[in-house]
Amino acid sequence: MAETDEPEKKRRRVVELTEKMLVDGDAGSTSDWDDRWNHIKKFLERSGPFMHPDFEPSTESLQFMLETCKILVIGAGGLGCELLKNLALSGFRNIHVVDMDNIDVSNLNRQFLFRAKDVGRPKADVAADFINSRVPGCCVIPYFKKIQDLDETFYRQFHIIVCGLDSIVARRWMNGMLLSLLVYEDGVLDPSSIIPLIDGGTEGFKGNARVILPGMTACIDCTLELYPPQINFPMCTIASMPRLPEHCIEYVRILQWPKEMPFGDDMALDGDDPEHIQWVYQKSLERAAEFSITGVTYRLTQGVVKRIIPAVASTNAAIAAACATEVFKIASSAYLPLNNYMVFNDVDGLYTYTFEAERKENCSACSQVPSDLHFSPSSKLQEVLDYLTESTSLQMKSPAITTTMDGKNKTLYLQSVASIEQRTRPNLTKTLKELGLADGQELAVADVTTPQTVLFKLCFTS
Amino acid sequence: MSVLCAFRLWGDHGQETLENAHVCLINATATGTEILKNLVLPGIGAFTIVDGHTVTGEDAGNNFFLSKDSIGKNRAQAATEHLQELNSDVSGNFVEEGPDKLLDNDSEFFHRFTIVIGVQLPESTCLRLGSVLWSASVPFLVCKTYGLIGYMRLVVQEHTVIESHPDNALEDLRLDQPYAEFQNHIKSYDLDSMEKKDHSHTPWIIIVAKHLEKWLSEHNGQPPKNYKEKEAFRQLIREGIRKNENGVPEDEENFEEAIKNVNTALNPTKIPSAVEDLFNSEQCKNITAQSPCFWVMLRAVKEFVHNEGNGSLPVRGTIPDMIADSQKFINLQNVYREKAMQDAAAVSKHVESLLQSVGKPAESIPEKDIKLFCKNASFLRVVRCRSLAEEYSVDTVNKDEITSCMDSPDSEMVFYLMLRAVDRFYQQHSRYPGVYNYQVEEDISKLKACVNSLLQEYSLNVNIKDDYIHEFCRYGAAEPHTVSAFLGGSAAQEAIKIISHQFVPFNNTFIYNAMSQTSATLRL
Repeated sequence: MAETDEPEKKRRRVVELTEKMLVDGDAGSTSDWDDRWNHIKKFLERSGPFMHPDFEPSTESLQFMLETCKILVIGAGGLGCELLKNLALSGFRNIHVVDMDNIDVSNLNRQFLFRAKDVGRPKADVAADFINSRVPGCCVIPYFKKIQDLDETFYRQFHIIVCGLDSIVARRWMNGMLLSLLVYEDGVLDPSSIIPLIDGGTEGFKGNARVILPGMTACIDCTLELYPPQINFPMCTIASMPRLPEHCIEYVRILQWPKEMPFGDDMALDGDDPEHIQWVYQKSLERAAEFSITGVTYRLTQGVVKRIIPAVASTNAAIAAACATEVFKIASSAYLPLNNYMVFNDVDGLYTYTFEAERKENCSACSQVPSDLHFSPSSKLQEVLDYLTESTSLQMKSPAITTTMDGKNKTLYLQSVASIEQRTRPNLTKTLKELGLADGQELAVADVTTPQTVLFKLCFTS
Repeated sequence: MSVLCAFRLWGDHGQETLENAHVCLINATATGTEILKNLVLPGIGAFTIVDGHTVTGEDAGNNFFLSKDSIGKNRAQAATEHLQELNSDVSGNFVEEGPDKLLDNDSEFFHRFTIVIGVQLPESTCLRLGSVLWSASVPFLVCKTYGLIGYMRLVVQEHTVIESHPDNALEDLRLDQPYAEFQNHIKSYDLDSMEKKDHSHTPWIIIVAKHLEKWLSEHNGQPPKNYKEKEAFRQLIREGIRKNENGVPEDEENFEEAIKNVNTALNPTKIPSAVEDLFNSEQCKNITAQSPCFWVMLRAVKEFVHNEGNGSLPVRGTIPDMIADSQKFINLQNVYREKAMQDAAAVSKHVESLLQSVGKPAESIPEKDIKLFCKNASFLRVVRCRSLAEEYSVDTVNKDEITSCMDSPDSEMVFYLMLRAVDRFYQQHSRYPGVYNYQVEEDISKLKACVNSLLQEYSLNVNIKDDYIHEFCRYGAAEPHTVSAFLGGSAAQEAIKIISHQFVPFNNTFIYNAMSQTSATLRL
């Protein structure tokens, strides 16, 4: 309850300020000025040979975009700042933005809506304030929350959702949420229940932008193989056989810090605290010296501790721009949207590659058909768990497996609640047969990568 | 201002070149300010905006760095204020004058800049600047957003790249021609007599080397060449895995790594053809007192190849991470590192004598530069763009490129021709087509006439569909923000490549089509 009050309060405050401007200004003036939207009007009020077959040029499109169209931006970081600017200058005024982070000093060289004085404040709040003051009439409403803290009622209100996330888990969750909003009547998808999802991602000089029409085109999970699982250094390397300076730093971070707690018990390593980094750096040098490894620097230490993937302002700019172009096309129906995946790389010259990602027939997220799990009845539950986490097409994080037996719900294994984990841990070493599971039995799996449970069908092999 | 992330991509010396750079932007339109934003954020030393225009209502509508209050002010000044605010370490300057007037008063005005970025320039101004900057060897990046089309043209006579950071670089392992120190190191291993722990923590490079020795002795000195032989070689390595007392092979991950890396390991040590071409170029053959350091070092490497190198480049000195205990890995790494230092020292001697022969002091090229050059010897690149004069002249226009691209129905080349036609329209009518609604229809035939005269003048036997002519009238020279922002990111990155001499810039024309989200690089 209280959580929905805050954004509502903010919305009312912005509306009040806008109304105040109307009252204080000259009679009849609004926050608009002559010719303000000229660059956009040419695409909304004129017909052309490449426009969408359903497009009707009119002066009402601009009004729709300015007054009615509601866009949600997920993330107010490198991509998010760019997206907000792009949308605001393309005629969108009702923009909501969700981000769970606070501003860090390392964000300042890319996330141009933030200044040194903003460090520590929520990204969503500062971004909204900046855009609202720089682009008169624009009303960005911020939510300092995790996407999982908001529900269907919230997401259902938007015409288009555009993501600028740095986490695959979050993307998949968003993907799952929009799939859960789809309405089917007699097996036929109701198109008005589709909320287009535009997704952008970057890493160094590479990036991609894609258009997802949930229920119709390939979803995030359909193409999960395009996101290979991230590999961390093996523990044995870190613990006893370091070869690279990174191994030495990880050793201090993972093993030495928890053991020595140098700044007090329960003081977690804070990548933003220079004293903490200095300590890790010194210890890493010592570790490296033991093994005659060179190359440990303060900068490398900070980079490894904070898991900084080098980010480049330009890549974020280009990808966010492509995403915003798609939002504009879909909202205005002026052109056919991207169909449906663009890859961008400017390491050697500039290169883009555009293709149509295909839906996967048995996609665990969007195919609505329970995926088959092939195991022998003598396989242990642990093997099923390993498959769910390690398979490139599933990549679950900590799946909770339940099933129905004798009409009752039974939890086979759940990791996230300590008491249940303890109780169900012995099941991992039991065979599927011992657990009373039958061929064709349905298993329901919950995981942080999706807001809905995923259904699987157990198929016994001999 | 934290530039932590940037450092890890282009290193300290890359960041230094950025901080010493002075970028000139001509025309603070949305495209221009978006490009500059992406240069100010990572921390260029200084920028100067050259723009004689006054801010209009339209300008303030699509430009994040102009506000309602900017309307009526000079555009260079207004944009500088907002851009400066992004990063206090950057020095922002403005000139309230157009480039033509500036050149009239001071023909060398633009000589001071590291790079000049010209945005939304009419053809005549563009060509004039092109000529001035070409003679002064100042890199020139031309950018234009026109409706849903983005355009960039890089104009630089000769741009050398030492650190090209290729995506999939081949390792330099020398397994096919192990140098003496490497051979000795390999000899120091006796796989058969090793303890189990040592055996399974021996680097895969050593494992491959040992088994390659065996193979060569059994195959008349010939390494595995085709798929069948490589498979047999992998099998040979697999047989080297220790077995337990029951004859079951142990879990030796380092051997699995060796098997997986057989293809890489068997890559013959070769000088890349791109580098051979550089060895054969005029600049390398004729070293003078004016030769840039790049060519002096390249010539020195060439001398090394023909002497100490025995036909090979200096050893790179790096090896990939691999399963091994720390000691073995570092010892092996040092064998490569020391050889690399040796080779670099030999190259240094050649550099010295070359410098002496043209009367320059040995210190003019520092050791660390030579070391960096040697480390990147396989990846050296030189980018040479044709001048705008060459592109536009009827005698030297690249007809082949244009007509062959136009053979494909989806080629972006058609947009290049339309942009040229639109420039022609501007020259004739002092305005762009279709700016006002009432003009759209009547300008179609006028623009078509421009297209036809363009094709005729250059004797281009290609067909441009009427749809494109209609579309370009519809655009009405609009500069939508999202297309400007895409160019903003792309152009800024290319400018950074030029400034830092790292990574390889495009050559020489880039077209972005926001309707289909496709792009192409054309050489014109």
